[in-house]
Amino acid sequence: MIRFQQVTKIYESANKTVKAVNNITFQVEEGQICVFLGPSGCGKTTLLRMVNRLIPITSGTIEVNGKEIHSLDPIALRRSIGYVIQQTGLFPNMTIEENICVVPNLLGWDRVKMKKRYNELMEMMGLNPDEYRKRYPWELSGGQQQRIGVARALAADPPVMLMDEPFGALDPIIRERIQNEFLRIQKDVKKTILFVSHDLDEAIKLGDTIALFRSGELMQHGTPDEILSQPKNEFVAEFVGSERALKRLSLFTMRDLVSRLNPADRKSAGKRDLRHTVHMDTNLRTALSVLLSSPTGEAAVVDDNGQISGVVSIADFERLTGIHPSERTSAVQ
Amino acid sequence: MRGKIAERLIRACLFLVVIAFLGWAFATGAFQFMLDNLDDLLHLLQQHLKLVGLSSLLAVVAAVPIGILVTRPRFKKFDWLAVNAANIGQTVPSLAILALVMTYLGIGYVTAVFALWLYSLLPILRNTIAGIESINPSIIDAGQGMGMTPSQILWKLEIPNALFAILAGIRTSIVINVGTAALAFLIGGGGLGDLIFTGISLNDTGIMLSGALPVTLLAILLDVVLGKMEKWIIPKGLQRHLET
Repeated sequence: MIRFQQVTKIYESANKTVKAVNNITFQVEEGQICVFLGPSGCGKTTLLRMVNRLIPITSGTIEVNGKEIHSLDPIALRRSIGYVIQQTGLFPNMTIEENICVVPNLLGWDRVKMKKRYNELMEMMGLNPDEYRKRYPWELSGGQQQRIGVARALAADPPVMLMDEPFGALDPIIRERIQNEFLRIQKDVKKTILFVSHDLDEAIKLGDTIALFRSGELMQHGTPDEILSQPKNEFVAEFVGSERALKRLSLFTMRDLVSRLNPADRKSAGKRDLRHTVHMDTNLRTALSVLLSSPTGEAAVVDDNGQISGVVSIADFERLTGIHPSERTSAVQ
Repeated sequence: MRGKIAERLIRACLFLVVIAFLGWAFATGAFQFMLDNLDDLLHLLQQHLKLVGLSSLLAVVAAVPIGILVTRPRFKKFDWLAVNAANIGQTVPSLAILALVMTYLGIGYVTAVFALWLYSLLPILRNTIAGIESINPSIIDAGQGMGMTPSQILWKLEIPNALFAILAGIRTSIVINVGTAALAFLIGGGGLGDLIFTGISLNDTGIMLSGALPVTLLAILLDVVLGKMEKWIIPKGLQRHLET
């Protein structure tokens, strides 16, 4: 768990003082991803870098797993927190194996243990350990480099990770793929993660909670659904934009919608035109797009076995009014 | 591809120039002179190597640490001083430096070594500072964020990643030094300059070339050897710049 209490950062220059982070109090529960979101210069990166003391705090306290960070040695603190940055920060003079084993090396692990950990991590990332062991960062693509960056942060199995726009420099297709892999890995490792992003879609997809900042102040901290459906103030509403209803749909899957339909209302497949189909696990934003492109405004819902289990139409979406993902019946996650 | 061809062409031309130089030296009887005075030649060559070796070694030992020192956060404010001193120093002609040093230290071997040392410092210092400052800041940020101590960052990240520039500076400095050391004769430092300047005063091209030729070959040889050493020392992950 990470607890911020009245955290403030003031930069003083010759003729002015700037409050980069202003009196921020909130906490992130263990095993959750909290995405720090906001326009550039809103203080999100500053706040992140205060957690591992790369930036000294002006006033307030930050507790990581119950320990106030200023009671700890900064070097030991940083070694116990995973750190991933946008330009990967891989060391060009070291092989991939050496890069991944940086922190274990600093902690003085023995060779056998390090090698085992390297193999483990590479397999987790879906990369062949032996193929990359002796290669250098420049030989890898951007996506592969970023996977190595994440693996390196996980190497010493830290309970907490800080990620500063780690996927920001990747092209959209690779980014989406890495985000999915990242969520799959997080399901197993259950780290407490602070994740800086400026991309609302990324925040909705990855965040258990989102903390939205503006000029050093915390505007709202809540689940993606709360941010989208109950924006606390005008800034939040404006930031999430007029598309928020649409974005919110990506929090639900077809399974959620189907389970809401009364059995009586369920339309059977019958003799309908069923060229348009959606899978049970498709998110509703994508599903809506399929429905809109269907001439009849209907699409067949297909389960894992490829069986058609019913038909949905655009009108069915109104069943979701007032429903939040926390109340959904299916537990796909 | 075009770059490769151009590079080969230039190399071939340079090679021809060296061959022509050798031919010229042969025609003027420089080889005969060298063979006749082999003992003198070897003695002067040894003196020359000692001048270059000692002054370059001392220059590396001084300039690299100073370069590292002024890139530390604590001494960052002296950075401009070192860079400017290096740049200004480089614009003063080498002959003028010898003359200046002679004014204070008198003539002799020590004076020559000191002057050569002073002139060798500058390329090394400048390249060391530039090499360290050109490292991608995200690499240093990642190192800090993962809990490396400042000395670990220096030894494991900064020096290996700046090594290419540092070694290039050392190589340039040594090759220039071989040429400059020929001037040491003027202030009583000895070396192959002895033959060159004697040849000039006697208006004897043969004697002059018997000094100039070994100096030229020595500079080329050292350049090649140091180039090979660079490949051997620089971390493999950074060598893609060298291969192309």
